[in-house]
Amino acid sequence: MTTKSIDITLKVWRQKGPGHKGRLETYRADNISTDMSFLEMLDVINEQLTLDGREPIAFDHDCREGICGQCGSVVNGRPHGPEQGTTLCQLHMRHFNSGDTLVIEPFRARAFKVVKDLAVDRSPLDKIIQAGGYVSVNTGGTPDANSIPISADIAEEAMDAAACIGCGACVAACPNASAMLFMSAKVSQLALLPQGRPEAAKRALAMVRQMDACGFGNCSNERECEAECPKQISITHIARLNREFIKAGIGSSVF
Amino acid sequence: MDWVIRTLGTAVGKKLLMAVTGLSFCGFLGAHLAGNLTLYGGADAFNSYAAHLHSLGPLLTVAELGLLALFVVHVVTGLVLFLQNLKARPQRYAVDRSAGGRTLGSRTMPYTGALIFLFIIYHLMNFHFVDKSHATIFAIVAGTFANPVQMALYITAMVVVAVHVSHGFWSLFQTLGANHPKYMPAIKILGLLFALVVGVGFGFIPIYVGML
Repeated sequence: MTTKSIDITLKVWRQKGPGHKGRLETYRADNISTDMSFLEMLDVINEQLTLDGREPIAFDHDCREGICGQCGSVVNGRPHGPEQGTTLCQLHMRHFNSGDTLVIEPFRARAFKVVKDLAVDRSPLDKIIQAGGYVSVNTGGTPDANSIPISADIAEEAMDAAACIGCGACVAACPNASAMLFMSAKVSQLALLPQGRPEAAKRALAMVRQMDACGFGNCSNERECEAECPKQISITHIARLNREFIKAGIGSSVF
Repeated sequence: MDWVIRTLGTAVGKKLLMAVTGLSFCGFLGAHLAGNLTLYGGADAFNSYAAHLHSLGPLLTVAELGLLALFVVHVVTGLVLFLQNLKARPQRYAVDRSAGGRTLGSRTMPYTGALIFLFIIYHLMNFHFVDKSHATIFAIVAGTFANPVQMALYITAMVVVAVHVSHGFWSLFQTLGANHPKYMPAIKILGLLFALVVGVGFGFIPIYVGML
């Protein structure tokens, strides 16, 4: 098998730290194998930068298997790049052509502080999950299998929501930098299952209030999030979050 | 009553305010359009419709105050949302590309909203806060649309309203939690049809009256 290689130009956001002013810097990326992933391409650039005695580009990454939610940058205005349903680590260079110019920027939101270059602090998403609190699970002996009947459809839908890896691409893609799709996935996965019901009202209210406190924007149903989500989570989960919020805010006795 | 503010003041709460008031305005647009269609029946039909409407007396005043309240909530909440959303991304992207989710309507929502706000004030100055003791309402309407500038302005405003409704209609159902795999496709089509009916229905009135 012969390997094709391409020559591209990168314009990468470089920023020393949270308080610093950043700017786009241009790098040549020649002889890039199309079998490389996007992050491997950045590794190659960084190796060269290091050999040249320059500061390598800081970017978030961990599993490089598309399941940890750690990677993610905005490539030519698209979080995780132009491919649908793909994390940046699973995006391969074969989707680009020789001569392309790629502008790489960090996920931008007031709630996500830039740590350095492309690396951002997404801990506000953890704060939203923490605000959601616990789920009641009975202690004691191992329960009988299927003692709580859950239909396959509901289990599948809960699993679709649970597929969220918390990467923050929905926030990056949202014109309002809202974390609604992320939060709706977290609310949905528990709201659909009987185990999550007892705390449903408290959870919906607390998580929405925490999202506001973190400085995320408000959802205006632009649908950019579901189009960019690497796990292709649907905005029907946002509608479920809205229903949960109405039930909790108006129908429940939780304040 | 602290819980009311803590509930309606959240991101979802503000959206609910927009959705409920928006749904009311969709109802108002339908009723307003139905009434205005009497213009096609000529001067007598329209004047008689106006007379019947005004014979409601205090009921009409209550309805007007209700609309004003909905209007204030929609405008103030919309403005707060716009400013908060602007603030939520202080550093913009150098390259900003859509993945195909946004539409003309969703993209321009705050701006079409602002234009409609100005239009409503202008519209009320034209036909509501006007001396009706010397001329019938039909004569006032006909006089206004005899001016081609006014006619063009009203038609443009109706296009803007249609664009606003094209996103607002389905969006309000989503916000109220009514996104169901069986019904959402129908709601989206209904929203576009409603936007078209509002745009064409109101938009042709100035043309028809102006041609008389």
